[in-house]
Amino acid sequence: MNGKPKIGVYVCHCGTNIAGTVNVEEVVQFAQTLPDVVVARNYSYMCSDPGQALITDDIANMGLNRVVVASCSPRMHEPTFRKTLLSGGLNPYYLEMANIREQCSWVHDDPIAATEKAKRVVEAAVVKARRLEALDVKEVDVEPSCLIIGAGIAGIQAALDIADAGFKVYLVEKSPTVGGHMAQLDKTFPTLDCSACILTPKMVDVANHPNIELMTYSQVEEIGGYIGNFDIKVRKKSRFVDMDKCTGCGDCAAECRLAGRIPNEFDEGIGMRGAIYLPFPQAVPAKYTIDKENCLFLTKGKCGESPKCKDACKAGAINFDLTDEVVEFKVGTIIVATGYDVFDARMKPEYGYGVYDNVLTALEFERMVNASGPTGGKVVMLERGKKKKKKEGEEVEAPKAPQSVTFIQCVGSRDKSVGNEYCSRVCCMYTAKLAHLVKDKVGHDCEVTVFYMDVRAFGKGFEEFYDRVRREGVKYIRGNPSEIYKKGDKLVVRAEDTLTATPLEHETDMVVLSVGLCPRSDNREIIDLLKLSQSSDLFYLEAHPKLRPVDTASDGVYLAGVCQGPKDIPDAVAQAKGAASAAMIPMASGKVKVEAQTSVVNEETCRGCGFCVELCPFTAIELVEINRMGWPVKVARVNEALCKGCGACAAACLSGSIQQRSFKDVQLLPQIKALGVK
Amino acid sequence: MAENSDFEPNIVAFLCNWCSYAGADLAGTSRIQYPSNVRVIRVMCSGRVNPLFVMNALQQGADGVLISGCHPGDCHYMQGNYYARRRFNLMRNFLEYLGVEPQRVRMSWVSASEGAKWKEVIEEVVNGVKEVGPMDQFKRRQLNW
Repeated sequence: MNGKPKIGVYVCHCGTNIAGTVNVEEVVQFAQTLPDVVVARNYSYMCSDPGQALITDDIANMGLNRVVVASCSPRMHEPTFRKTLLSGGLNPYYLEMANIREQCSWVHDDPIAATEKAKRVVEAAVVKARRLEALDVKEVDVEPSCLIIGAGIAGIQAALDIADAGFKVYLVEKSPTVGGHMAQLDKTFPTLDCSACILTPKMVDVANHPNIELMTYSQVEEIGGYIGNFDIKVRKKSRFVDMDKCTGCGDCAAECRLAGRIPNEFDEGIGMRGAIYLPFPQAVPAKYTIDKENCLFLTKGKCGESPKCKDACKAGAINFDLTDEVVEFKVGTIIVATGYDVFDARMKPEYGYGVYDNVLTALEFERMVNASGPTGGKVVMLERGKKKKKKEGEEVEAPKAPQSVTFIQCVGSRDKSVGNEYCSRVCCMYTAKLAHLVKDKVGHDCEVTVFYMDVRAFGKGFEEFYDRVRREGVKYIRGNPSEIYKKGDKLVVRAEDTLTATPLEHETDMVVLSVGLCPRSDNREIIDLLKLSQSSDLFYLEAHPKLRPVDTASDGVYLAGVCQGPKDIPDAVAQAKGAASAAMIPMASGKVKVEAQTSVVNEETCRGCGFCVELCPFTAIELVEINRMGWPVKVARVNEALCKGCGACAAACLSGSIQQRSFKDVQLLPQIKALGVK
Repeated sequence: MAENSDFEPNIVAFLCNWCSYAGADLAGTSRIQYPSNVRVIRVMCSGRVNPLFVMNALQQGADGVLISGCHPGDCHYMQGNYYARRRFNLMRNFLEYLGVEPQRVRMSWVSASEGAKWKEVIEEVVNGVKEVGPMDQFKRRQLNW
C-alpha cells in the first residue's frame, strides 16, 4: 500500500444527470493524463453494485492504492464509496470525491464550460488523492441513554419506544405538564377520536415508566460532548411546591387570591387560573405549580396575612424557600421534539384578532369546544375582559351560542407577507373537524362557512372526511378575505368568491382564524445548544430531505415532530418512532465511530506557543512536556476523542506543526494550484 | 484594471462542509444555474482556511477567492466562522496594502438552505472580479507539488 500512489479515477454518468451536460469521455481521457493515474473509467451509475465492483476489481487487479470518484456530492455518497474501498481492502480514507453533479452538471447548462470545470475539479481531486494518508477509525463507547427535549406527543412516543427497548430516557419538558399541543385538542381529524382519550394513557406511562426520568418545568441549559457521550445540564425550575408531598388535591388553587384572574396558557387565555395552578385536570405530573411571575407572595413579598395556598395545603407541600435545582447527567443520544408555536394572528391586523372579541384563533376555539375547556365544551359568544391590565377583569361568559361561524384558512401559512411560504398541513383538516363540531354542538341550523384558498385533503381518510363535512352543510367559499369589520352585533367578512368572481360581504357572529404552525419563537436556544441548522422556513433542518429525515448534521442528534416542519399527529408519531429507532442504533451497538479527520501535531517542530490550545473550541488540545534531545520542552498534543476535526488550529499554527488529517496544508495546496491555474 | 468583456475569471472558493457546501449542493439539487467560474475546495470549517491559502491561490493564478461559511452563531464547530471572519478582516487590510482590489477576496455566509443565495453570491463575486480584470499583481510562481 505504501510507495508510489496508484490512482484509479471513476467518472459517473449518473444516468443523464451528469452525462447530459458533462462530456464524461473527455473527462476520462483528461484524467488519464494526470500524474499517478493508472486507470480512468466511466460508468453509468458508480454507486450501483457493478459500479462499485469496478473499483474493487481494479484495486485487486491493478494494485490501486488511491481512488477518485467523480460523481455526486461527497455529502451524498462519500460513506458509500468509503465502504467500497474498505471492502476492496483499502483504507477508506484513500478516497477523494470530485463533485461534478450538484456543483457542476446541475448548475451549468453550457456543456463546454461544465466539462472544463469537471476536468479541473477532477484534477484537484487527483492531486489531493496523491497526498492522502490512511487514517485509523476509532470507536468510543456509547452511553445507553437518551435525552429527549420536549414532551409533546412526539417526545412522549419517542421516550416510550426507547424506554420499552430497555434504554434510559431523560425526558425534559419546559412547561409544568407533559402532553404538548395535542393535550389541548378536543377531537382529532379525520377519525374524530378524542384527543385526551388516546393521549392521557401515554402521558401517564411516561411518568410511571421505570426507564424514564421525567423532568417537567425544566430546561436544558448546557450540552457538551459528542455522540455517545453528551454531558447535559438541566435546570429544574422551582415550583415552590414539594413534588413529593403534593397530592394534587387542588385546595391551594381554590384558595389563591388570584384564582380566576390570570389567563391560563393551556386554555389559550380563554380560561383563567390562579397563581398556583394545574394547567388542566389530567396534567402529568398532577402536581401544582406556583407561577412566580404572578404570585403575590413571590412578587410583592406579601399575600394578605399569610399565603392562603400555604394555609390551605394539608400536605404541607408549599414551600416558598425552594430554589431551582440543576442536575447533570450523561447521555449517548439526543432527540429534539420541541414542537411549534401557532401563528400569531395579530400579524394579520386586517382580521381584527385582539380587537374583536369573537375573532378567535383555531386553538382558542379548540379549547372552547373541549369538554374540559373553559366553557365546558359549549360554543358561546365571547365577551373578553376589558384588557386594561392582565390581572384585571373577570371573564364573563355570554350564554348565547353563535348563529353562524366563519372559518378563514391559511392565516399565517402560504403567505409571503408574513414570511411563511409553506403550507402548515393541518389547518384544512382541523377546520373540517371544527366545522363538524360546530354542527354537532351548536346544532344544524348554525351556519358554518369556510373561506379557503385550496383544500388540501391529502392524508388517509382526509378527502372522505372533507366530503362528509360538506354534506353536513358546511359552506366552502373559495377566496381569501381581505378584511373583517364590525357592523352592529355582527362581524362582516369582506372577500371575493374567486370561483364566480363575485365580491361579497359575509355577515357572521364568530370568526375562527385557521392559524398555521410556526417554528418556536425560542428556537434559537436549542440551535445554540446543539448547533442545529434551520431550513428556509426556520424549522430545524434534517440531514437529508428524503433519506435522513430524522437525523441532523450533528451525529447522535435526531429530530421528531413539528420542530422539523408542520405535520399532523400520525406523521409526528411516525417520525418520533423513526427518531427513536435511529437513536437506538448507536445505543444498541454500544460503539460508535468517531471522527478520524482529527488534528495531529508534529512534535519535532511544535514550539509549544499554545496558540492552538487557546483556539480549540472543544478544549481538545493541551500542552505537554516532552524530552527533545535531552531538553524538556512543551508541545501541543491533541486528545483525539475530543477533537471534532474543524481544523481551526491548523489554520492558526505559526509553524505549520499542527495539521488536520485529510485537510493538511500539503493536501490542500496542490488542490488550490489545480483550481487556480488557468 | 480595464474592463474586459471576454474575460472569464477563475475563482477558487473555500466552502465549509456543513453550511456553504451543503447550500451549494442545494443549489444543484434545485437546478439553479450560475456561472461556472467558481471552483470549490471543501474544508470541514471555514476556520480551516489559512490566509496562506488565499495568498497561494492568487499567486497560482486565481483571479479571485471566496471564503464561505455558516452564518454567525451557526458554526458546526461553534467558533470556526468567527475565526475565519477575523482572519479575513486582517487579511483584507493586508491585501489592500499589497494593492489587491477588495473585490477579489470575499467572504460570505451561506447556510445549508440557501441555494438561491449561493447563486447570488457567485454572481456578485464573478461580476466583482470581472470589474477589476485578471489578477496580475503577483508574479506567478508555479510550485511543483
